[in-house]
Amino acid sequence: MRRAKRASKNRNHVQQYLRPVVAMKTLRYREALREAMIEEMERDDSIVLMGEEVGHYQGAYKVTEGMLDKFGDTRIIDTPIAEAGFAGIGVGAAMTGLRPIIEFMTWNFAFVAFDQIVQNAAKIYQMSAGAIKVPIVFRGPNGAARQVSSQHSHACEPFYANVPGLWVCAPSTPADAKGLMKTAIRDNNPVVFLEGETLYGVKGEVPEEEVLIPFGKARIAREGSDLTIVTWGRPYYEVMQAADKLAEEGIECEVIDPRTLRPLDHESIVESVRKTNRCIVVHEHWPYAGPGAEIVDRVQREAFDDLDAPVLRVASLDLPMPYATNLENLVLPDVDRIIEAAHKVTYKA
Amino acid sequence: MLLIRRFEEEAARAYAQGKIGGFLHLYIGQEAIAVGADAALHKDDYVFQTYRDHGTAIARGMTARAAMAELYGKDTGCSRGLGGSMHFFDVENNFLGGYGVVGGHVAVAAGAAFKAKYRKEDRVAVCFFGEGATNIGGFHEGASLAGLWKLPLVLICENNTYAMGTPFHRTSPSDTITSKAAGYGMAHDRFEGGDVEEVQTRIAAAAARAREGGGPTLIEIMTYRFRGHSMSDPGKYRSREELEERKKHDSVHLYRERLLKVGVAENEIKALEKSVEDEVMDAVQFAEQSEPAKTETMYNSIYAP
Ligand SMILES: Cc1ncc(C[n+]2csc(CCOP(=O)(O)OP(=O)(O)O)c2C)c(N)n1
Repeated sequence: MRRAKRASKNRNHVQQYLRPVVAMKTLRYREALREAMIEEMERDDSIVLMGEEVGHYQGAYKVTEGMLDKFGDTRIIDTPIAEAGFAGIGVGAAMTGLRPIIEFMTWNFAFVAFDQIVQNAAKIYQMSAGAIKVPIVFRGPNGAARQVSSQHSHACEPFYANVPGLWVCAPSTPADAKGLMKTAIRDNNPVVFLEGETLYGVKGEVPEEEVLIPFGKARIAREGSDLTIVTWGRPYYEVMQAADKLAEEGIECEVIDPRTLRPLDHESIVESVRKTNRCIVVHEHWPYAGPGAEIVDRVQREAFDDLDAPVLRVASLDLPMPYATNLENLVLPDVDRIIEAAHKVTYKA
Repeated sequence: MLLIRRFEEEAARAYAQGKIGGFLHLYIGQEAIAVGADAALHKDDYVFQTYRDHGTAIARGMTARAAMAELYGKDTGCSRGLGGSMHFFDVENNFLGGYGVVGGHVAVAAGAAFKAKYRKEDRVAVCFFGEGATNIGGFHEGASLAGLWKLPLVLICENNTYAMGTPFHRTSPSDTITSKAAGYGMAHDRFEGGDVEEVQTRIAAAAARAREGGGPTLIEIMTYRFRGHSMSDPGKYRSREELEERKKHDSVHLYRERLLKVGVAENEIKALEKSVEDEVMDAVQFAEQSEPAKTETMYNSIYAP
């Protein structure tokens, strides 16, 4: 009974999203996230937000700007530099009825809290045979900024997408950031929410009305018939630029943004590849294993007969990020490398 | 002290011109600690610092050229353009790195002390960190092991009052960092860090204790940074009055006055200032003219042969 209700609720979310949206407004990525958190916090007083510099300082990346004034310091909580500690406090609070949002100043610093996220948050529901839910959102900027060198430049999706018990979101646009954040906050499971560190200033159209984007439902960002490009997070923008350039040469790309990496919408990807017969995956994380490899595995298994070329990946180079800007430019996936891969799979190289 | 000060002022300028990228955390205001500490240590003692590492590296003997070239991302930099501002390394001077993740390096420094003890060397390891770092696991666990095993480690907390935008009283359940020392079975010391000679004497005492097998010491030195947390931080969380008040106790100016008082001639000081100025400008020119970081270095430094 409860299950049926949940299923119909999910369907409603899908419907809601598919309904043509008329009223739109322009928001920056950081504002979209903030709006989602504010709307949810106004709706539900069990939601608290905690992290370094989230309150008085107005957020290291200004995502939480103004929220202290609105909700006070019992709900917007500045913490000392103690990631493992406040992640653990979040888990305990979630087990006992709150719905904490834990901000990591960046995911680069969340490695010290990895134990809490992976060993506790992700496993408690199953260890307790479903008796205890852990509704918590761990969020913060992911990936490389510019010239911050190796300890500050991790694209973290493989570390978390590997873990059953976690959901992993990696929105690329403001609209997705808002819709996924609302879903994340309402979900009864731990969600790892990877925001693009270099995307906070990006502007985009966001629906005026409430939209909850379901997990595991990809967005087709661009339709095309010659080649499927799968991407998410920050490299999405390089992919869209590359797709524009490729269109000038007559190569029409279909760009698919899965939006969540766990659950991952394999169906939409495979369906697209069946249509275009070619696929490349573009991601910021290291090439070794991870969601990129996972997508390739699935495509070759389920669309083998439809493929006209090997599936290629464009990733960051397989090394710790150097500081110097000339080297950094070589490491991150860029428009040229995407076009090169597109030429390879369409045999235009 | 003056070299560090002038070096960083120039670095800030180059950063504003876009010649230096990433995060740039300046040490301006805290120079007496790096310089006093270096004077207290032996050349072969190991030193670890956070991302606020220019001052300590230069005090240890890194050239302004190698430091500036690193900020410019050049092959001639101390980390050959791979590390940048937050990750200076200078093995020759036993400066074992600047680290970007708060607190993790405390345990690493304890590891260097472990080695010194294991090899029965007359060496200590010194680890600098901010007061904000004393809340994280890396600090607690490193300190616990160092205390347990009586490692020759000197832990130096540069308490500059703010962890990024958060004042000390909002990050710490206790009034002092040194109150934590008892829990780690360590000696401790706490003082104002404006007088470079006092810094030297008191760190030397802790280093001597470590060399004699007396184990680690937790030292808390009260200080203040005159700039924001990094170049991107305007520092709005503190008042102009507070900053002006602290600047009155600027150790660089105080030391100049002190030199005059003990009879050093004004033109001798001026000559010194000029030579520091020349050294920094030479470093800038060197950095500007050096070759960019090399692709081979990036590929060749993933695994050691
Ligand atoms: C584990 C971790 N969490 C958060 C950060 C972000 N961060 C960098 S410096 C800093 C403040 C550190 O303050 P403190 O330890 O007092 O040193 P100070 O910068 O004042 O010298 C923060 C929160 C980080 N680098 N590492």
